[in-house]
Amino acid sequence: MEFLNTFIKAAFVENLVLAYFLGMCSYLAVSKSVNTAFGLGLAVIFVLGITMPINWVISEYLLSESGLFGVDLTFLRFILFIAVIASMVQLVEMVVEKFSPALYAALGIFLPLITVNCAILGGSLFMVSREYSFSNSLAFGLGGGFGWFLAIIAIAAIREKIRYSNVPPALRGLGMAFILTGLMGIAFMSLMGIDPAAFASK
Amino acid sequence: MAETAVKEKEPLFQFGKKERQLITDPLNDNNPITVQVLGICSALAVTSLVYPSVVMAVAVTFVTAFSNLFTSLLRTYIPKQVRMIVQLVIIATLVTVVELLLKTFNYPIYKQLSVYIGLIITNCIVMGRLEAFAMANKPWRSFLDGIGNGLGYGAILIIVGVIREIFGKGSLFAGSPIELKIIGPTADYFINTTESVMFGWYANNNLMVLPAAAMFIIGILIWIQRSYNTKLVDVS
Repeated sequence: MEFLNTFIKAAFVENLVLAYFLGMCSYLAVSKSVNTAFGLGLAVIFVLGITMPINWVISEYLLSESGLFGVDLTFLRFILFIAVIASMVQLVEMVVEKFSPALYAALGIFLPLITVNCAILGGSLFMVSREYSFSNSLAFGLGGGFGWFLAIIAIAAIREKIRYSNVPPALRGLGMAFILTGLMGIAFMSLMGIDPAAFASK
Repeated sequence: MAETAVKEKEPLFQFGKKERQLITDPLNDNNPITVQVLGICSALAVTSLVYPSVVMAVAVTFVTAFSNLFTSLLRTYIPKQVRMIVQLVIIATLVTVVELLLKTFNYPIYKQLSVYIGLIITNCIVMGRLEAFAMANKPWRSFLDGIGNGLGYGAILIIVGVIREIFGKGSLFAGSPIELKIIGPTADYFINTTESVMFGWYANNNLMVLPAAAMFIIGILIWIQRSYNTKLVDVS
């Protein structure tokens, strides 16, 4: 039950893109068509879902004072987390290249840039600062990834439609995407403060 | 004659027109935030006050400059397959240095910036510049490119920070030693009426404190920039 709570909270209430504005770079750059957005969204769910539990294990059993080395190694956190993320992304890159060359070509530079998608590292850092348990960190990873996936699909769909509207030339494309995201963020704020756990206990 | 002399042996720290362009280009024509779309997350999260934005701008400039320098120095030794991990290790080391420095010398700001200091690692500007510039250029030029991009990023950050803080809190540089009260009543305004406030009638606009306001402001900045600089307009 707690697993589901964390999942829903991460996906909707505390959406990584729309509530924390993490992972904006690829969110804005790859949201021109729904198809590529879909592929990138799936890749992000996968990478977040895998790296979060691995990073949990690392920070719990290697870096903490009660861990394997018995010394406080938290200053190594950034380097280890980012190394895990980078290797996972390289793995995803190889898999996508093998099974879907079309998607690989469409994602282009933004596939390796998942490594520097702030949502991934930000998720891991949030996980540490919120002291999640193992199952919660898995739920947070999957839920956060799912929320990111929903958000990028939503903006991509809006941007596909808005191409037919009469936007001032200087605002076309990027400028409009910023303002749209701001509006979506405000819409998502109405979900903030909802506590799924409160519903579960009823 | 001087030109041939330059060609024979290029000085290590040249600062000519091309080098100057490396610094000024990212301020407008090739701005990391409004044109390259890199490094948006921190631009939104830390800009509700000016002081953290300035700290963030300095930190990012430091990291971009030195990561560009070190990557460029190592660029011939890095195998292509593992270049990302090598670059990230360089960046992560520099960010750890920044984090420890902030933690030691300015703990309140460190607390306020929280995860966003760590997120400089994943600030796409740093990685993007390493991939796009430092891997193919000489150390000194890469260093300048890093400084330029850091400054271009910082400029937007500070503009957004100033707008958000004035309209959202009515102050400037809150939390720093030179805190100013620009508009709106101060907390002790009604008791201590000798305080001179320029626009006492102004009620703080809470929308400006939300991250969404940063999105609107950057959107409008892009609009203004592209109205003047029409070659940047999106044709698609």
